[in-house]
Amino acid sequence: MSNEKRSSAFEYAPAPESRSIVDIAPSYGLFIDGEFTEAADGKVFKTVSPSTEEVLSEVAQAGAEDVDRAVKAARRAFEKWSALPGSERAKYLFRIARIIQERSRELAVLETLDNGKPIKEARDADLPLVAAHFFYYAGWADKLDHAGFGPDPRPLGVAGQVIPWNFPLLMLAWKIAPALATGNTVVLKPAETTPLSALFFADICRQAGLPKGVVNILPGYGDTGAALVAHPDVDKVAFTGSTAVGKEIARTVAGTRKKVTLELGGKGANIVFDDAPIDQAVEGIVNGIFFNQGQVCCAGSRLLVQESVHDELLESLKRRLSTLRLGDPLDKNTDIGAINSEEQLARITSLVERGEAEGAERWSAACELPSSGYWFAPTLFTNVTQAHTVARDEIFGPVLSVLTFRTPDEAVAKANNTPYGLSAGIWTEKGSRILAVANRLRAGVVWSNTFNKFDPTSPFGGYKESGFGREGGRHGLEAYLDV
Amino acid sequence: MPTNAHIAAHSLSDVAASDSTLRRFLHGLPGVDAVGLEARAAALGTRSIKTTAKAYAIDLAISMVDLTTLEGADTPGKVRALGAKAVRPDPTDRTTPSTAAVCVYPDMVAVAKEAVAGSGVKVASVATAFPAGRAALSVKLADVRDAVAAGADEVDMVIDRGAFLAGNYMKVYEEIAAVRDVCGTDARLKVIFETGELSTYDNIRRASWLGMLAGADFIKTSTGKVAVNATPANTLLMLEAVRDFRAQTGIQIGVKPAGGIRTSKDAIKFLVLVNETVGEGWLDPYWFRFGASSLLNDLLMQRQKLATGRYSGPDYVTVD
Repeated sequence: MSNEKRSSAFEYAPAPESRSIVDIAPSYGLFIDGEFTEAADGKVFKTVSPSTEEVLSEVAQAGAEDVDRAVKAARRAFEKWSALPGSERAKYLFRIARIIQERSRELAVLETLDNGKPIKEARDADLPLVAAHFFYYAGWADKLDHAGFGPDPRPLGVAGQVIPWNFPLLMLAWKIAPALATGNTVVLKPAETTPLSALFFADICRQAGLPKGVVNILPGYGDTGAALVAHPDVDKVAFTGSTAVGKEIARTVAGTRKKVTLELGGKGANIVFDDAPIDQAVEGIVNGIFFNQGQVCCAGSRLLVQESVHDELLESLKRRLSTLRLGDPLDKNTDIGAINSEEQLARITSLVERGEAEGAERWSAACELPSSGYWFAPTLFTNVTQAHTVARDEIFGPVLSVLTFRTPDEAVAKANNTPYGLSAGIWTEKGSRILAVANRLRAGVVWSNTFNKFDPTSPFGGYKESGFGREGGRHGLEAYLDV
Repeated sequence: MPTNAHIAAHSLSDVAASDSTLRRFLHGLPGVDAVGLEARAAALGTRSIKTTAKAYAIDLAISMVDLTTLEGADTPGKVRALGAKAVRPDPTDRTTPSTAAVCVYPDMVAVAKEAVAGSGVKVASVATAFPAGRAALSVKLADVRDAVAAGADEVDMVIDRGAFLAGNYMKVYEEIAAVRDVCGTDARLKVIFETGELSTYDNIRRASWLGMLAGADFIKTSTGKVAVNATPANTLLMLEAVRDFRAQTGIQIGVKPAGGIRTSKDAIKFLVLVNETVGEGWLDPYWFRFGASSLLNDLLMQRQKLATGRYSGPDYVTVD
């Protein structure tokens, strides 16, 4: 029987999502007290599309004076907002959730343009989760008596919230939905590289008829965030971002009445035992570290493989990485989009160089990188030890460090041997091993035979330097209640 | 012990030395996480195949169809019509490729052979007491012998699912090997697992390896006669099996999802599975087939639409 074949490659033609569905204005103001307004000092900054470096819009940059104005507006709005029956607040949240669903295609394209993530992820992960988060907390608004914090738990007041650029709208939802459901008002600072979806959200608040001042959006850089966190009339600080900034915030609020939740960095261990479902483990590893270009705080950036299946698994993993499609984030078939900023790309590049210099073996999928924009090919390091920088520092990019272990004890010891403790994964077909290992892992979320699964009903947060407090689920209410 | 020349050489030749070695091997295969497998199949189903890629995929899919009629009511006239259609699926457009094969019951093989003579279209015949497979081995082998004698280029056999589910792997292995011997070098052998009856993905992976070890040229999901036939997930799993088998033995095995694939959109999803799981090596009718009947007309309508920009409707494709 001959093996001759007629072979021509199955090349996918470009399948770009239309960007005409989103109308980005040439400039945006700050959103304070229900109105778009310029910054007091007139400062603006540009936001670019990381995949093309095209300037998308010019955005007002909030200074200390604007922070004060926004906090005062939120304070004024707090009295009436917190006095509304929960069932009334719920109506607003349900309305916001529905508008997000109705506008989800527009918001997904916007998020992809401003962040660089593949439209596939913005469309299938970010936006459905954003809407789900608002729906979920809308449901709690009139049931707070039954949340386990005693009768009639009270809101805190004004929440100052600072969010990162990796999931701009989703992180906004994680912050704003529970805050509003519990009766707080909000001043939120989106990241400087991804302010647009938060500003579109401001428009959604208006569309939903949300009372003025309940939600205020202040685009800006780190100094804006610092001013917000330090503002004396802020009652609650919620931050998601780097551990370094998180520590800074903890110092700022120390000794004040402010209640704080911090959701910081991670160096998640994805542990693959020799009895794992190998093909699905490979998918989970890929999803764990290459979802959103690895710019995920709970990424499974350390792969711990049992030595007996190391070679087989690595071969499968490399084969799979070679099929990842990197390129135009708006193309519906793109798996790997752009790195969010030049700064982040430089950080990834320097850490990878350090990994090579320290003797870890680098392997990158062969793929052509676009000539403009910020790109990094999916990369993995083998021959990594616990001492290597790439196994210790959070890279926040599409870079996987592969380590090995021989016994479950060794796997647990290595997984926990990090200052972080946000996420971990366990891959085995043996249920008893899942339970035994999960109990010993010091990580806020432990996935078994899956990775990077999110749901608004599930609390999320870190051990150790990955932060404190929980967001999501019933637990997420506590951070916004005076209990 | 029936063995095959082609597996005798490779590293797995002693796996089937006894019932216990066979069982140990099959149960030692990595497990399948059902949620993860289905998620991966669904994710690949979201690929957007447009314009030139779609044109390529539609022609490729047409060339991979095993145009099938397996009804008690089959007549020579019906089979001749099917053969003509397989050779020239769209009489109005001669650039349309022929299908890979026609697939009929053994008593229709001679008629089918005549209908496709000289065209390159193969004749496949189901055999071994299709679809239930509940008959004595001697009856099954006689069935195969008839089909091969009548000129079948390919034989689609069913495994004994009862024996498989009872853990009697050696019996299944020996039957496949016996059929393989009857097929000889004249006919390629497709082994049908009836995945809907095997029920678990672990079973489907084990059956795939069992079939490949015993000498299948193709592994095939189903008969089309039960409730659950080809699905993206079970086909993905079988593609992983042939990929791993080739990596281990150097032997390439074909895959044939059958039953339930009715639209071009579905077919293209399966081709995406092939492309991104096993790659170009299987993007060929020699290595991948669709067992289908109504699928072909939908492919033809989509092909006409791509060519003309208009959707002409079912009156413009032949009904057989």
